[in-house]
Amino acid sequence: MSRRVAITGLGAVTPLGVGADALHERWAAGESGIEDGLGRCSDFEPTDHLTRRQVRRTDRFTQLALVAAGEAISQAGLDEASYDRTEIGSVVGTGIGGLSTIESEHILLREEGQRAVSPHCVPQMMANSATGALAIEHDLRGQCYGTVSACAAGAHAVGAAARMVEHGDAIACVAGGSEAAITDLATAAFAEMGATSPTGISRPFDRRRDGFVMGEGAGVMVLEDAETAELRGAQILGYLSGYGATADAHHMTAPEPSGDGAARAIRKALADAQVEPGQLAYVNAHGTSTPLNDRSETEALKTALGERASATPTSSTKSSIGHLLGAAGAVEGVATLHALRAKMAPPTLNYEQPDEGLDLDYVTDGAKAMEVNGHPAIGISNSFGFGGHNVVLVMEAA
Amino acid sequence: MTTVAKDQVQERVISALVEFGEEPENVKPDSRFEDLDIDSLDLVELAQVVEDEYGIEVTDADMDRIATVQDVVDFVAESQS
Repeated sequence: MSRRVAITGLGAVTPLGVGADALHERWAAGESGIEDGLGRCSDFEPTDHLTRRQVRRTDRFTQLALVAAGEAISQAGLDEASYDRTEIGSVVGTGIGGLSTIESEHILLREEGQRAVSPHCVPQMMANSATGALAIEHDLRGQCYGTVSACAAGAHAVGAAARMVEHGDAIACVAGGSEAAITDLATAAFAEMGATSPTGISRPFDRRRDGFVMGEGAGVMVLEDAETAELRGAQILGYLSGYGATADAHHMTAPEPSGDGAARAIRKALADAQVEPGQLAYVNAHGTSTPLNDRSETEALKTALGERASATPTSSTKSSIGHLLGAAGAVEGVATLHALRAKMAPPTLNYEQPDEGLDLDYVTDGAKAMEVNGHPAIGISNSFGFGGHNVVLVMEAA
Repeated sequence: MTTVAKDQVQERVISALVEFGEEPENVKPDSRFEDLDIDSLDLVELAQVVEDEYGIEVTDADMDRIATVQDVVDFVAESQS
């Protein structure tokens, strides 16, 4: 890595509430945001945070992203920073984009004809509209685009932003992921492919796990060149110190059973951060609660971390909020840095019955202290997506 | 076609602009759209409202001549006469 990448702001809207603190505190306390088998952001009322005009002209996934970004940018003090605005980028990933807009406008088209389709439909449904709206709202004039890699999109966004800052293409970059896909079509489609849990319970790594629970939300961080951030007096929360990304090139939805692609991503990320497995205090697992992921991810961790795999606390945010798809990687990155700063590994909820071969320390009896021996805590966050995408972020608390 | 009173049309146009996100106190009959936060996509939507409510087809050329709330009211009155 060339320039060091600092994290100066965190924001999240999740089923646990509006704000990154709600995510951190409630998950650490073992609380769940899942109700009736879905992780909805029930506390999120768009008009509490955005103007009527913004709400009317944006899809829910953009609204979630704007609010999470607002929190992160406010914490970083980025709006007030005396930076050249053309040197600030934005990258927001999503699995699908404005799906509720697509579905509702399609109904209007079928029932009432073309003239009933809203002129705002395209700018609302585009997968890049969250990042475009974010750039407009905060006058971010550097590189601006979305990432599209299903459930790895949020992590790809953070990784891409880190590279942008490291390389000097931007002084700072606002990066994250957003998803609002709890719609009729998406819930039906995921159910029909057997991906979601028929029991509606997210219990990663448990023998009885039967699929993921759909969630919605957004997570955003502000990444900055550490030296410049220090000069302007920003509070540095931590560092994005490594990024590794690979492809399985195996199957569109099933992970490679040995976890080879995921293991390569973990190794690349650790090498990028110049971190040895023994230095890791925490693993934030992708941990979807699907039979296939949790097994192959466990294999990947064993391959990449060796004997340290079973000694490193490993937990899944999805046990508390469900699977936020394209937002997951970013939201879990936010949760990971909070956990590293608190030196406490949050728990994997709903875990009761061990499965053969799934024998890591899944943090199943409440949050547990990380062993850091006086050093800043370092951890990784895994994200894998349909399409065979594997992304691993290495983060270090300041 | 039933003729609609001008003040009713004016009320409907203003309420549409308020729905679009304008503050009610900012919208006056002589308000110019370009001075309000109303862009070309909003105007397309406004044309859809006029078509739905009054059964009048609004062409792009018609929209080019419309710059204020009053212009819309006059356009509807002309089309109905």
